[in-house]
Amino acid sequence: MENSLYAAAEKVNPLVPHTAELIVGAVAFLLLFLVLRSRVVPMFEKAFTERTAAIQGGMERAEKAQLEAQRALAQYNDQLSTAREEAQKMREDARVQGTAIVEELRVKAQEEAARITAAAHASIESERQQAVTSLRSEVGALAVELASKIVGEALDDQARQSRIVDRFLDDLEKSKK
Amino acid sequence: MRSLFRLSGEGEGFVPPSSNDFELPPVFGDNAFTTKPILLVFLSVILVSVFFLLSSRKAAVVPSKLQFAGESIYSFVRNDLGRDIIGHEFMRFVPYLFTLFTFVLTNNIFGIVPFLQFPTMSRVSFPYVLAVFTFVVFHYVGIRKQGIVKYLKDIMFMPGVPKPVYILLTPIELATFFLVRPLTLSLRLFANMFAGHLLLLVFILGGEHLFQGVLGLKLISPFAFAFGIGLTFFEFMVQCLQAYIFTLLTALYIAGALADEH
Repeated sequence: MENSLYAAAEKVNPLVPHTAELIVGAVAFLLLFLVLRSRVVPMFEKAFTERTAAIQGGMERAEKAQLEAQRALAQYNDQLSTAREEAQKMREDARVQGTAIVEELRVKAQEEAARITAAAHASIESERQQAVTSLRSEVGALAVELASKIVGEALDDQARQSRIVDRFLDDLEKSKK
Repeated sequence: MRSLFRLSGEGEGFVPPSSNDFELPPVFGDNAFTTKPILLVFLSVILVSVFFLLSSRKAAVVPSKLQFAGESIYSFVRNDLGRDIIGHEFMRFVPYLFTLFTFVLTNNIFGIVPFLQFPTMSRVSFPYVLAVFTFVVFHYVGIRKQGIVKYLKDIMFMPGVPKPVYILLTPIELATFFLVRPLTLSLRLFANMFAGHLLLLVFILGGEHLFQGVLGLKLISPFAFAFGIGLTFFEFMVQCLQAYIFTLLTALYIAGALADEH
């Protein structure tokens, strides 16, 4: 009883280290340090590096795919606008061509019409000439016949006859004008 | 004094737990290397090694639950204690900090693990050893980085201080770096574990003793046990916190030694 109460006087000082524990503590700690440093830390670091790489790789792939898609979209847009321009150009060409054709046809038709008109004029002129010529000879003959019947004498001299007729007709034409 | 401990009506008095309770006999054989604390230290080395070897064995990109558990502890030490405090050179010190944290934490938690129930760090020798390692590491790092002359000069003559102040400041700084730091580092850990274990002993042995007493005392004893259980949870918190603080301070000392000015 008394001993246990006064044991305080014999209490060990808890701040004094034990040699055995110091040695074991150092050895055990260094042992653990070597194991963790050589095996555990490199493996965890490897996992971290690979994970970072995997995530970054995935992001890069996604980025690349997006770029590819954008490029394709731009290309399609390009092609589409080219096609539109082409169509526009074709329409324009067709319109121009159509106008040209119509113009050409119109000119041709006018030329044809002019040609027909000219031909008609020419044939009318020639027929009139013919008519005038035949009329002149017929009228001359008639007039001479009539005059010879009236005058009673035959104007046998051919040259004189025609001179008389011509003079008459010229007078006639002059008076008509 | 004597009547204070005479709790039971008859029979023997209560012997309060003391530092003698930390002096354990060899578990087997008859030498200083088979005591409980020493066996526990070896057990901690085996447990920590096996756990981290198993959890890091595959090092898969998509971790298993075990790997995730190991990685969580590792990345906590690596990022929160290493990278955020030491800076860009931190990777050199991660193995040391990691070992320190897991070693101290495991040995602390032994204090509340059923059947083991002894915080190894309440034996002052182990915190001493760890503090000496940290002491050597951070001074070595500082001398390697800045050269011994500049390192000591920076410690003794803090720049930007009026000259007369050095009379006061130089001894203080020297004592801080070479005496106070290792001592506080080891004693803080030791004292917390020592006091925590003592506290649990008081409540649990006290509860046991009360139960042997008269009826009135028997009724009180469950409260003592309940308090002991509550304190066990509290101890768990202290044990984790002390492991964290020890590692944190080590990281801070290393960071200070690496920095150009203290």
